[in-house]
Amino acid sequence: MNPIIEAHELTKTYAQGEAAMRALDEVTLDVRQGDVMLLVGPSGSGKTTLLSILGCILRPTSGTLRIMGEDVSRMNERDLPAVRRERIGFVFQAFNLFPTLTAGQNVALALDLKGVSARLARERAASLLEQVGLRDKLDAYPADLSGGQKQRVAIARALAGDPPVILADEPTAALDSQSGRAVMQVLKKLARERGRAIVIVTHGNRMLGYGDRTVRLEDGRIVADERTAVLEGAIA
Amino acid sequence: MMTPRISELAWRNLVHDKVRLLVTVTGVVFAVVLIVVQLGLFLGFTTTTSGLIDHSRADLWMTSARVPYIEMGVPFSERKLSTVLATPGVAHATKYIVRFSQWQRRDGRQESVQVVGFDPDQPLGAPWNVVEGHVTDVKLADNVFVDELYKDKLGVSKVGDVFEIRGRRARVAGFTRGIRSFTTSPYVFTSFKNAQDYATIAEDQTIFILIEMDRSARLDTVRHALLANVRDVDVITTAEFSRMTRVYWMFTTGAGVAVLLAAVLGLVVGVVVVAQTIYATTMDHLREYGTLKAMGATNGYLYRVIIQQAVISALVGYGLAMIVSWFVVRGSLKGGAAILLPLPMAIGMLGLTIVMCTGAALVSINKVTRLDPAMVFKA
Repeated sequence: MNPIIEAHELTKTYAQGEAAMRALDEVTLDVRQGDVMLLVGPSGSGKTTLLSILGCILRPTSGTLRIMGEDVSRMNERDLPAVRRERIGFVFQAFNLFPTLTAGQNVALALDLKGVSARLARERAASLLEQVGLRDKLDAYPADLSGGQKQRVAIARALAGDPPVILADEPTAALDSQSGRAVMQVLKKLARERGRAIVIVTHGNRMLGYGDRTVRLEDGRIVADERTAVLEGAIA
Repeated sequence: MMTPRISELAWRNLVHDKVRLLVTVTGVVFAVVLIVVQLGLFLGFTTTTSGLIDHSRADLWMTSARVPYIEMGVPFSERKLSTVLATPGVAHATKYIVRFSQWQRRDGRQESVQVVGFDPDQPLGAPWNVVEGHVTDVKLADNVFVDELYKDKLGVSKVGDVFEIRGRRARVAGFTRGIRSFTTSPYVFTSFKNAQDYATIAEDQTIFILIEMDRSARLDTVRHALLANVRDVDVITTAEFSRMTRVYWMFTTGAGVAVLLAAVLGLVVGVVVVAQTIYATTMDHLREYGTLKAMGATNGYLYRVIIQQAVISALVGYGLAMIVSWFVVRGSLKGGAAILLPLPMAIGMLGLTIVMCTGAALVSINKVTRLDPAMVFKA
């Protein structure tokens, strides 16, 4: 199977006074369809920087990034929003839902960005919320949802544009262990059943069993990249 | 469930913080009312300064040479009238006086007035909006018309009240409505003959000659003929004289500039208040804008959200401001300084309000343009 994400020697340096700080140092990896890749490592190891580059939010200082075979690292800045809109779905640690919109509207907003008609967006939002088990929360506001429910709404929103890549930044960090497991199950299921390439940044070890593969970063470098045993019971 | 189109997102962002929305709308209302009042005053003042000229029904005004505005008329021989009447293309011509004088109230207090002397048998230069009495009543010796607005100032209560103008008897024969004077001296309309006495103008003198042309006559031709036939005078069209008088009072004296500056101040206050509140709203929703950017929203999409917030604030503020302004305008009609709000100005104010609010949103747009979408990864 062809990789959906191909990163080759990605390097990111930040100016820090007169010195340069290397946040990412020649990282090379690829992520295939159906993969759930966990990015782990201590704080400051470069996980979020790598996730930002993979999400076309940040540009690498050097190296190349291909998404679905297209070199996005050379793309014009004006073309990157379209790449994010069409090919990438984001799930954030703090959910980043719009507090003034209902769960359904939060999901439909992603479709509005793509220019989908209001009627279709409504139907698709309802369907996506159903897929994450929140059909009855269509008209609920984020303030009325639990942390786990909010994150599932965020996952539904990430899926709205039907992107081949889902990038999740510590999606369970703000959740209790039960909600965290539920969220990971949803993500894992997406990868398996719908062939998404999923990259999850995680800080702790409790979610390690949900990944097909774990990439460990330290000081901006990959120090380990290994296939992991999947917790089958958790995926059911 | 509604799909959140841009306008709904903008609306919800606005109403999410009702106190801030109230501050924004209050700022817009304050600015718009201030601008309307100042521009309305400017318009009212401007209209008032040339009211006598604009309502004179004359096509041309003959004045002494180099008279800059109506209150500065200099007497000249009334014998010129016969030459004017003999000029081809002149249908009617009449002598006309506008001059300051002194009105003595019954309590002895003196008030400055402007005596306006006209020929009651001619349509030119007569008072308008007469609400009590008949214009021809001024044919009777000592009869005068004053405006209802100045009843208190002049100590007049009813038709028949008798006063003195420069020591000469003056009897109120009727009232006009809404004829304001830009100066603090109300107009007192009377016959030309009476006016000569009240304004101490020699019997063979006039201050202006008002001219109405034949319908078929060409203005330039008549004007040149008059200038050729009559010496030491200017012949000015009504529109020119109106403009000269307006420009003098509004700009040469600085009165209009002060009013316009206050209007500009209102605009600045409005822009600052709206800019501050929209900026604060944007800052409150910065993370959401960052999320939208990460999700692939273009800068154009975000601009539209912010600009729609500004336009919604503008429309709500404008609507309320117009209600407040309507009451202010109505109230002003009973006072000496009219605030005018004609329809074109009201429509223009809508455009100005939208421009003001969208202009104020530019600061926020600048902020969002520079927004780093990577911020969304910070918990």
